[in-house]
Amino acid sequence: MSDPLLAVSDLVVDFQTRAGNARVLDHITLSVNEGEILGIVGESGCGKSMTALSIMGLIPDPPGKITSGSIKLSGQELVGMGVDDLCKIRGKDIGMIFQEPMTSLNPVFTVGEQIAESVRLHEGVSAKAAQARAVDMLEAVEIPEAAARANAYPYQLSGGMRQRVMIAMALACRPRVLIADEPTTALDTTVQAQIFDLLQNLQDEMGTAIIMITHDMGAIAELADNVAVMYAGSIVEMGKVDNVLSHPDHTYTKGLIACVPHLSSSPGPVRERLMEIEGVVPALTDLGKGCAFAPRCNAVLPRCSSDKPVLLATQENHLAACWAAEAEMAE
Amino acid sequence: MSLGKILAKRIGYGLILLIAVVVLNFTLITIAPGDVADSIAGDMGGADAEVLAEIRSRYGLDRPFAVQLGRYISSIAALDLGYSYFYNAPVTELILQRLPATLLLVFSSQILAIAVGLLLGVMAARKPNSFTNLIVTFLSLFGFAAPVFWTGILLIILFVAIWPVFPVGGMMSASLIDAPWYEQWINIAYHLVLPMVTLASIYLALYSRLTRASMQEVLGSDYVRTARAKGLAENKVFYKHALKNSLGPLVTVAGLQFSAVISGAVVVEAVFSWPGLGTLALQSILARDTPTIMGILFLSSLVVIVVNILTDMILRMIDPRIRAD
Repeated sequence: MSDPLLAVSDLVVDFQTRAGNARVLDHITLSVNEGEILGIVGESGCGKSMTALSIMGLIPDPPGKITSGSIKLSGQELVGMGVDDLCKIRGKDIGMIFQEPMTSLNPVFTVGEQIAESVRLHEGVSAKAAQARAVDMLEAVEIPEAAARANAYPYQLSGGMRQRVMIAMALACRPRVLIADEPTTALDTTVQAQIFDLLQNLQDEMGTAIIMITHDMGAIAELADNVAVMYAGSIVEMGKVDNVLSHPDHTYTKGLIACVPHLSSSPGPVRERLMEIEGVVPALTDLGKGCAFAPRCNAVLPRCSSDKPVLLATQENHLAACWAAEAEMAE
Repeated sequence: MSLGKILAKRIGYGLILLIAVVVLNFTLITIAPGDVADSIAGDMGGADAEVLAEIRSRYGLDRPFAVQLGRYISSIAALDLGYSYFYNAPVTELILQRLPATLLLVFSSQILAIAVGLLLGVMAARKPNSFTNLIVTFLSLFGFAAPVFWTGILLIILFVAIWPVFPVGGMMSASLIDAPWYEQWINIAYHLVLPMVTLASIYLALYSRLTRASMQEVLGSDYVRTARAKGLAENKVFYKHALKNSLGPLVTVAGLQFSAVISGAVVVEAVFSWPGLGTLALQSILARDTPTIMGILFLSSLVVIVVNILTDMILRMIDPRIRAD
């Protein structure tokens, strides 16, 4: 088997906080191949965005620090790489789209300039050629009147348009990996669907591998090939999307899926109650020795509070870190 | 609205403001007790009521207030600021002789304060725990706390007694009256150093602090992260993406401070015997030379109004969101 395009293995990231050391990422291992979409889901604060920032080498240091592990792009190690070399990879080989289109674009430069800047930086082309590429990219992300819009400032565009600009910017240098960190969280539902369609079309065209971080289980079901479920800095379940969504092994994944509200065409007189997972994500500074999810789990076993479960193959191409799932499998 | 239209509108407002300032100045000076006739009489060693009345009628001081005001405004419109009884010269001429020196001092000290303040502020924001940050903190405390005249006097002591490399008074060496212009300019620049540094010190402190604060805020913003994610080197992230966004507060404050800079210049000019408007203002106030005082007031208001219009335009050029109005 050839190397995956991007392989993260045993990545540990720690943050020094006043309350003590917080292990933000705990032995994360994941990989994505060319043309694949990997979904990462989980509640806020479980380490999804940290995973993305570690891959970009953008963890705020201090207080953050990659303690151990490796991140390899086509076999090239990114952990410990010098800033100058990392800058040549950021934006060129790995592009990133952020959560907040309203604030992620620089308000004092035109959107065309901001896209062209990346092209000029990585491909060394003339300002004119870069500007032309910016217009092409704006067309590719289906912005009408792209040539005129290239001269617009971010405040003149809607949220959906701005996110399209972000996508154009991230893809301008045809990166091999695109990290989309909750690209649609801040947008209307209809615009969300458009953005997801757009990402999928562009991916079909360019063959970019995408790491899609989202809360949206529906989007994961539709777009992703593989999915990783994160909880409190660890991956708790990982596998093929269809399989994970239809046969989840970890109680947390089951809960996440149950929480997706259903849209009924004929709501009865008694509305269905919305599901929730009781409790909140624990503080990362005082995780016990056991399973971090145990205090909220409804299938907890005695060993859950004493031993931390590890990822084990529960089904074909499907891993879960859950003692209950393991026990069930053993029966 | 285009920038040209906005500029035209601002100039219109500026003119109205200027007229208001003239009326106010004139009114204040007129209702203040004592007038030029008293001070002329004082110089003559006292005079009786008859002489006083004659002086008043010669200078038109016996006319009704409205007539005097109307005359004053129309003569200002013709760029005639009146005649100084103390210097025996037209005020416009007096001021134009002194103005270049003051403008040179004011603008050079502001440019110095802004340039160095920006640089220090950015460096301090970049490395919050560094030695530079410590220097900026020290400088800003010192600059805020130390009165300008005191800083000036300390500098004079330093450069007279300890390290005599810069001249501590005047604007040009008298021996260079007939020298070629470039030699004169070099000599003026040499004389400018100490007053410029003195006047800049207080603003340097303010600007570096301000830049540091707004840079720190901007550096935490999402678009700075985006710039890094693009692969831009740190220098470019700082000096292009972050700096342009943090210039707003600095430009605003620098514009607002301008009137304070002019009054600060009065003190610095006195300390370094710099032959500018400040010295003129001081002498004419002591001599109760009303036309000159009012001329200087008029001119300083004009400069402040022009600088404020400029500030507004610069802000619009920096930030497209303000441009949209």
